[in-house]
Amino acid sequence: MPVVARLVDLKKFYDLGAVVVKALRGVSLDIPEGDFIAIMGSSGSGKSTLLNLLGALDRPTEGQYILNGRDTSQMTDNELSIVRNTDIGFIFQSFNLITQYTVLENIEVPLLYRPGYPPITARDRNRCIDVANQVGLGDRLDHRPFQLSGGQQQRVAIARALINDPAIIMADEPTGNLDSKTEEEIIQILTDLNNEGRTIIVVTHEPGVAKKTKRQIYMKDGLVAGEGVFPG
Amino acid sequence: MSFSRFFRTLSLALKSVMLHKLRSGLTMLGIVFGVFSVIAMLAIGEGASSQAQKQVLELGATNIIVRSVKPPDETSSSGQSGQSFVLRYGLTRKDLKVISETIPPILGVVPVRELTQEVRNKQYTLNARVVGSTPEYREMNHLKLAQGRFLTDKDLDEMANVAVLAHETAQVLFPFENPIGRPVQIGNRAYRVVGVTQDRTASAAIGGSLSGQDYNKDVYMPLPTLQSRLNTGDLFIRRTQGSFSAVSVVFDQITLKVGDTDETTDDQNLVIPTAEVVRETIRNLHGEGTNDFSVVVPLELLRQADQIRKIFNIVLGSIAAISLIVGGIGIMNIMLATVTERTREIGIRRALGARRRDIIQQFLTETIVLSGTGGLIGILMGLLTPTAFVGIQWFVDAYVMDRSTGTSDIGRLFSGMEPQIAVWSLPLAFGVSVAIGVIFGTYPARAAARLDPIEALRHE
Repeated sequence: MPVVARLVDLKKFYDLGAVVVKALRGVSLDIPEGDFIAIMGSSGSGKSTLLNLLGALDRPTEGQYILNGRDTSQMTDNELSIVRNTDIGFIFQSFNLITQYTVLENIEVPLLYRPGYPPITARDRNRCIDVANQVGLGDRLDHRPFQLSGGQQQRVAIARALINDPAIIMADEPTGNLDSKTEEEIIQILTDLNNEGRTIIVVTHEPGVAKKTKRQIYMKDGLVAGEGVFPG
Repeated sequence: MSFSRFFRTLSLALKSVMLHKLRSGLTMLGIVFGVFSVIAMLAIGEGASSQAQKQVLELGATNIIVRSVKPPDETSSSGQSGQSFVLRYGLTRKDLKVISETIPPILGVVPVRELTQEVRNKQYTLNARVVGSTPEYREMNHLKLAQGRFLTDKDLDEMANVAVLAHETAQVLFPFENPIGRPVQIGNRAYRVVGVTQDRTASAAIGGSLSGQDYNKDVYMPLPTLQSRLNTGDLFIRRTQGSFSAVSVVFDQITLKVGDTDETTDDQNLVIPTAEVVRETIRNLHGEGTNDFSVVVPLELLRQADQIRKIFNIVLGSIAAISLIVGGIGIMNIMLATVTERTREIGIRRALGARRRDIIQQFLTETIVLSGTGGLIGILMGLLTPTAFVGIQWFVDAYVMDRSTGTSDIGRLFSGMEPQIAVWSLPLAFGVSVAIGVIFGTYPARAAARLDPIEALRHE
């Protein structure tokens, strides 16, 4: 399997004036295409920092993060934005939908910021509807987020993450705000997507979620403390 | 930026603005009133100036008006005349002759002598202004005839006993019959009516230099006729409460026409120097230190009116600028609050690929939509100013007007005004309100774009 993302001795330090917080102290990792990874660890272990770097929301202090063959560590803010738009699909714990938009409009948001700003065509719109159908939201297109349940909102977020056909889907505690039944549904959707060949990284501290992934990475004190593969 | 993208950004901004209708409306108010007051004030100024312009043009842009003025100190002029009971002043035949024969640009002169006299037809009487002049008087004052004819050169040569009645004079003296060919009695003689003029609106006073004229209570007759019959020996004797007063004035006014065609620049350039020469000439004829005449140049009045309007516009402009700046600060304040309130949304957009400039564009467009819409509303309100004025005038007429005198200060103030929208002020006002949006929207938009996406996403 070709490698989608490669982390080489990735370090991230936060200079707080009096002290320097070493959030990541050298993480190396290869993520092959089609992988389904769970990043686990207690708070303060550096998993959020790792997620920010993987999601191209931030640049490492040292080391390299090669995504789709390109090193993001030296990119400008603009270039990082484009990477987020084209290569990464975000799913957040608190859904992070834009409240004044309908389901369809929320799914469209990444299309607004495509490089070169091509107009949104009827074809794009059909794709939005297809993706919405894929996550089971076909009948809710003109609803607004407050009219939806948590699980439905997270489905919108998943659809939104899929719309630009990203290289990696980053899910930050995707089931943290959901009940166990909905959690299962969401994890099922992610599993299905992985089965279709999508690379997915889930940050979670729920073993039940991690168990469904192919590979688990445990973070501790800014380092990868261990890697495990659940049987099955 | 492509059209579809521009449209998208705009509809996005509109959506956000419409999301908080009350807040957006209140935010716009500053701009609305700023723009409204600019347009309304400019309209009032424009109306006033065009009215002044009309009056001046009525007097003739290439005319010079020389008037006799009763000197403030009576003893000096009566001492000059040697007859202590006759007040002798003003323009003389010599003045007229010298001016018309020695100053080349002057192409025409219209001398006028006016007297207030009782005019009678049988039992109908009227205290009318009896004007003795030449046939040119009609053209000069834009009088139109309703019936008959105006004075002719022949009337002047023959010193004919004829009169032309103004509209109201005719109505009072001949309520039931056609006045043409009928006699009217003025003083102790009768004059044949040969014409009646149309109703004409009174001209208003201009800048204190010329008093207003009500053309509707006039009687016009040939100047020689008036001078020989009513103003014999240039002496006009008036009986007031049992005592006599005598005034000796040859002409009340001489209107000089400069150049040959109307309102070409060359002629207009001649007017002011010529007026200066006329003033000098008459001063020399009358002797140093006399001030029994005045020279009024309508063109000069026009320029003065323009000058005043410019100053008025500058003052208005500064006031408007202040109110627009205040409006802009209000918008900036709200936009800063909006940015804080929508930090999370900014974080989401950034995470989904929005670049800094996309965020700047979004918030800047939103600010411009606010200020631009405010400007449009202000313009619409401004456009209603003339209509509103009609309403105010109606109200003043109906309720404030002093019934006994038919007028009041406030009534006069409003009835004199006729706001005229200055067309150029509309795009200007809109442009300024958009500019306000750009100026006061840039800082909040940049503040929004500077937010760290990670921090913004974490924002509650």
